[in-house]
Amino acid sequence: MLTAYGYIAIFLVIAIGFGIVPLIISLRERQTRPDPVKLSTYECGVETIGPTWVQFRVGFYLYALVFVIFDVETVFLYPWAVAYGKLGLYALVEMFVFVLLLAVGLAYAWRKRALVWK
Amino acid sequence: MNDPIIAIAFFVLAAVLLISALAVVMLRNIVHSALFLALAFVSVAGFYILLNAEFLAAVQILIYAGAVMILLLFAIMLTQRANTPMSNVSNSQAGLAAIVAAAVFVVLAFVLSKTSWLTGAAAVTQPNTEVLGKALFDYYVLPFEIASVLLLVAMIGAIVIARED
Repeated sequence: MLTAYGYIAIFLVIAIGFGIVPLIISLRERQTRPDPVKLSTYECGVETIGPTWVQFRVGFYLYALVFVIFDVETVFLYPWAVAYGKLGLYALVEMFVFVLLLAVGLAYAWRKRALVWK
Repeated sequence: MNDPIIAIAFFVLAAVLLISALAVVMLRNIVHSALFLALAFVSVAGFYILLNAEFLAAVQILIYAGAVMILLLFAIMLTQRANTPMSNVSNSQAGLAAIVAAAVFVVLAFVLSKTSWLTGAAAVTQPNTEVLGKALFDYYVLPFEIASVLLLVAMIGAIVIARED
């Protein structure tokens, strides 16, 4: 089992290197002659108005809470999916009941307009 | 899988965990601290994988690096004031805290070295997620379904409390 995670470790090393190595190469090889035009915001952005670290509306906390509930649901889905081949119809019905109960919660959130992007 | 590779993995994970935990405490921007806390959670998940507890590792990533971090980041973003880059300020008691932390370390190291660790008859070598799944959907069906009712109650309660109207 650990051998399979070894591939993930190799993947991680390559992924981190993929991000960092070009940065290091460009840092070593580039010439630095900045002027105001070069340092200005261009292409992928506009000049910001006011500070960029702002306080967000408290209403967004609802999205976080709903996400956390469904994240916990995923914890139960995971062993179900792994053992699915050995489980049979009964487990499928159980999981449908489980998801249905949480869908009731989602429907409630929907109905109470908790998901409306104001 | 032979031992030296596991040892290397352990020490790499330990280094990542310690560095990110230090970064959580020492970085000035509290958003960066939160992101390094996520990295610390992920490296703890790596330890769980080394201990053959892959389900625990998945839960660690899903719940701690996922849900807990989301709640933390939202709490930061919803409450932050103008000066975020200097939001995680240290105070004058850092030296005192270092002494207390060192004392706790000494006590823990002493206890850990004195304890005789009882181990089970056999090491966990099987992937345990499947065993867990079978137990959960066979013997522990009722707690499993009650868990969904609990989640439903939590969600409705959260909506009732947090909704503004």
